[in-house]
Amino acid sequence: MHPLGYLSGSGAQTASVVPLMWFMLIVSILVCVIITGLVLWAVLTKRTAVGHRSLRKIALEHSEGVNWIWIGLAISIVPLLVSVFWTVAVLAKTGTVPPAPLTIDITAKRWWWDAQYRDGVTGGEFRVANEIHIPVGRPVLLHLRSADVIHSFWVPKLAGKTDVIPGQVNAMWLEADAPGRYRGQCGEFCGAQHAHMAFFVIADPPQQFAAWERQQMLPASTPASAEATAGLAFFNQRCGRCHSVRGTPAHGSFGPDLTHLMSRETIAAGMLQNNPASLSGWVENAQTVKPGALMPNQQISGPDLTVLRAYLETLR
Amino acid sequence: MSPPSAASVAGTHAGDARPDVRRTPEIGRSTPELRERLQRIWETKPGLYGWLATVDHKEIGIRYIVTAFVMLVIGGIEALIMRVQLASPEQTLLSPQQYNMLFSTHGVTMIFLYTSPILSGFSNYLWPLLFGSRDMAFPRLNALSYWIYLAAGIFMYAGVFVGAGPNDGWFNYVPYAQFRYDPGLNIDFYSLGMIFLGVSTSVGAANFIVTLLRMRAPGMSINRLPIIIWGTATASFANLLIVPAVSLAFFLLWLDRQFHTQFFQVPGGGQPLLWQHLFWMFGHPWVYAIVLPAMGMVSDGLPVFCRRPLVGYAPVALATVATMLLGFGVWVHHMFATGLPGLSLAFFSAASILIAVPSAISVFSWIATIWLGRPVITAAFLFFSSTIVLFVIGGVSGFMTASVPADWELTDTYFVVAHLHYVLLGINVFPVMGATHFWFPKITGRMMDERLGRWSFWTTFIGFNVAFLPMHLTGLWGMPRRVYTYPVDMGLGPINMVSTVGSFLLAIGFLLFFINVIRSRTRGAVAGDNPWDAYTLEWSTSSPPPPYNFAVIPTVASRHMLWEDQLGEPDERSNLEEGFILDHGKEALATTALDAEPQRILHMPEDTIIPLLLAAGMLVLFSGMLVRNLPIAGVGALICAADLIAWFWPRASLLERGPAHG
Repeated sequence: MHPLGYLSGSGAQTASVVPLMWFMLIVSILVCVIITGLVLWAVLTKRTAVGHRSLRKIALEHSEGVNWIWIGLAISIVPLLVSVFWTVAVLAKTGTVPPAPLTIDITAKRWWWDAQYRDGVTGGEFRVANEIHIPVGRPVLLHLRSADVIHSFWVPKLAGKTDVIPGQVNAMWLEADAPGRYRGQCGEFCGAQHAHMAFFVIADPPQQFAAWERQQMLPASTPASAEATAGLAFFNQRCGRCHSVRGTPAHGSFGPDLTHLMSRETIAAGMLQNNPASLSGWVENAQTVKPGALMPNQQISGPDLTVLRAYLETLR
Repeated sequence: MSPPSAASVAGTHAGDARPDVRRTPEIGRSTPELRERLQRIWETKPGLYGWLATVDHKEIGIRYIVTAFVMLVIGGIEALIMRVQLASPEQTLLSPQQYNMLFSTHGVTMIFLYTSPILSGFSNYLWPLLFGSRDMAFPRLNALSYWIYLAAGIFMYAGVFVGAGPNDGWFNYVPYAQFRYDPGLNIDFYSLGMIFLGVSTSVGAANFIVTLLRMRAPGMSINRLPIIIWGTATASFANLLIVPAVSLAFFLLWLDRQFHTQFFQVPGGGQPLLWQHLFWMFGHPWVYAIVLPAMGMVSDGLPVFCRRPLVGYAPVALATVATMLLGFGVWVHHMFATGLPGLSLAFFSAASILIAVPSAISVFSWIATIWLGRPVITAAFLFFSSTIVLFVIGGVSGFMTASVPADWELTDTYFVVAHLHYVLLGINVFPVMGATHFWFPKITGRMMDERLGRWSFWTTFIGFNVAFLPMHLTGLWGMPRRVYTYPVDMGLGPINMVSTVGSFLLAIGFLLFFINVIRSRTRGAVAGDNPWDAYTLEWSTSSPPPPYNFAVIPTVASRHMLWEDQLGEPDERSNLEEGFILDHGKEALATTALDAEPQRILHMPEDTIIPLLLAAGMLVLFSGMLVRNLPIAGVGALICAADLIAWFWPRASLLERGPAHG
């Protein structure tokens, strides 16, 4: 219903934050109801129907009523202090990274997310874009870098925001309790397509994650059909300056790595379903789909687009 | 209280060579001849020149109020366009670039060109009247402050009209605001405009502070100040400390953009976070600067309609100051997600939660005042009392965002949008609308229409809550702020539609309010001096007040000068009938800082066009800087220099050639 709602969560971080959030929310609602009630009650019971001109002032001791202020304060300070201590306790708990995490290097760019995985044993590495797979039940340490302006990494169901700031590497950790596709979103205004800078964190059961990792580690397979081969040549000449496909000469790093493009469910930073129609539409008319995006409209003739798409569809 | 002994005034400066101000001022009563004499001395010359040259604080205050309301309307229209775009998902009414400029311009307009100037307007108008004084301490500086505000507003909106309005949000984070990512003139207009506007805020603040310390009627010791004085004075002290931080930040940014300095640029070793610290060191205290005077309006207005003094004057006055002091130590709560160390986050989090304590004092004081009074339900009362509820809603959402782990989710979502609008509308716009109903009769001599006033209140109140209360939920459901649209499957369509409907209802409420203001100016019932039977000094003079405010300087013996008999104040009585006459020219009385003992006679400056010319010169200078054109900037600088020479040219009539003395 609300993929970005954070009144419930599925992560180790949200497990301690959500109860605090609910506590503060309920206290807040109670305070609003009580204060509104007091104001309404006071106005309705004490109001005078007489026009203001004919009223007389009530002679009263100046200090009368001050005690109500102190009583109100004394009551208010209890939830305030509880919140302070609870906050500090949650901070302490979420502040330390659990042992033996999986480390992923995230780079935020206008307006998409690059994730780099490294295999600690073989030293192999690969990059994916906008769909970040993690194993369920294992803490994941994220190193956050920015290639340009400030962004903020936010997967509401798993953890709160951490800003991604050029010139510094921020770290955060998260851990998913249950398998699922958790939507993420850039949380800091970053320009024209901030609104569409979405991504997914996909929590897989451990074996499935390991299989995914193995698959992603492979270079792209050589296309078999003549059409796709023609598409590869076109890709290298036309797209390779910005995009990479491992195993081909295309090694640009300005746009997303496309080595296993077809293993992703979405393209354009979570905006479009990854299917042939939207792929063609995006390649031809990125500016119509995402005005201001850094992917230019490609003036590609019909046959070229057909072979290009045939090639892209081999990137499984 | 009997008028203070005249000898004490003269005695302070015995031996001075200038008999005119060292004289013993006459004490007397207000007579028609005296009033006529003072009218001749103080009135502004008719005609265009007089209109441009006036230094009358009342005229300047009204101009501030009118200009700020115009900005409110412009900012409101911008908001409505955004609400149409957001009414349902995936709309394309606005391009992302248009939306980004709109939301940024809306924020800048409301926060810098409406909220603060509107309060300056009311304070400018009211301060000397509340003080029993004839003008602000520095009338020419006062005029300068307004003209610069107007010029800076025109400067920034010139950018908007050529399509180069601010487009990186009102807090303008680098590096997005750097030339590399935002190469238009947008941020240059904004940066220079903010530095320009900062001059207005600073000179205005200095003027309020000196006025506070020197211009009160005899006997108005600091424990007799209306709360709005506490609010504006506290805000003014803060402004003097914080505006330099933001002016500096914008100046450094401008240098980065135009002269390739590296203050905030990562490749050259600059720090994006430096911007955030400089901005929020200003930004958070600023939030209090734009609500404390408005809280003062409520604290002074509510008792009039509750027919009793404010409950807990001293706690409320001290809470005003305490809020500001704490307010200097909470700026990092805008930066919880930037990766700062946990220990510092914990400190700032605790401070941000506990700042609720002084705010709670005001809330409980207001409730007790209604509870222990006999509230008369007028439109003004409705606006003032609804402030309590809106303030609490804005307060508790602030309390939630003050908790670091909660804030990591809440920040930069619509929850924060809801929070800041409850704060800014709840504790600025609603009190200001109440204050307009309350002081309109004093300013114009006519009453605002009560029936229309109630209609406008209920429309505004319901519209505001329909628009913004659901936004808390929109935020909790994860809608990020500053997005020009949102996907269908986020489940955010219906709730956004509700907010859009509410925003239009709110706009209708404002429309009714402005219709009421405009109609009542000419058609309202004639008010008389004190239509609400209120208790402070401004209600003792005529409505509208004469140019000299008070024919004789009142002497103050309590906090409720006009209620002393009814309240049965035990001791002395204020004396509003008899006091210093001060009619040997444009004269005002200076008193001592704490006890307000008479100290000396001040000669006040005549009307002059120099402040206007100085502001115009600065406008030329800043325009030259904007387009980096040395001749234009040079001409502007020369105009400013010539103006300053003319301004500071010693004048015998202002005793500026007298011998140095203490």
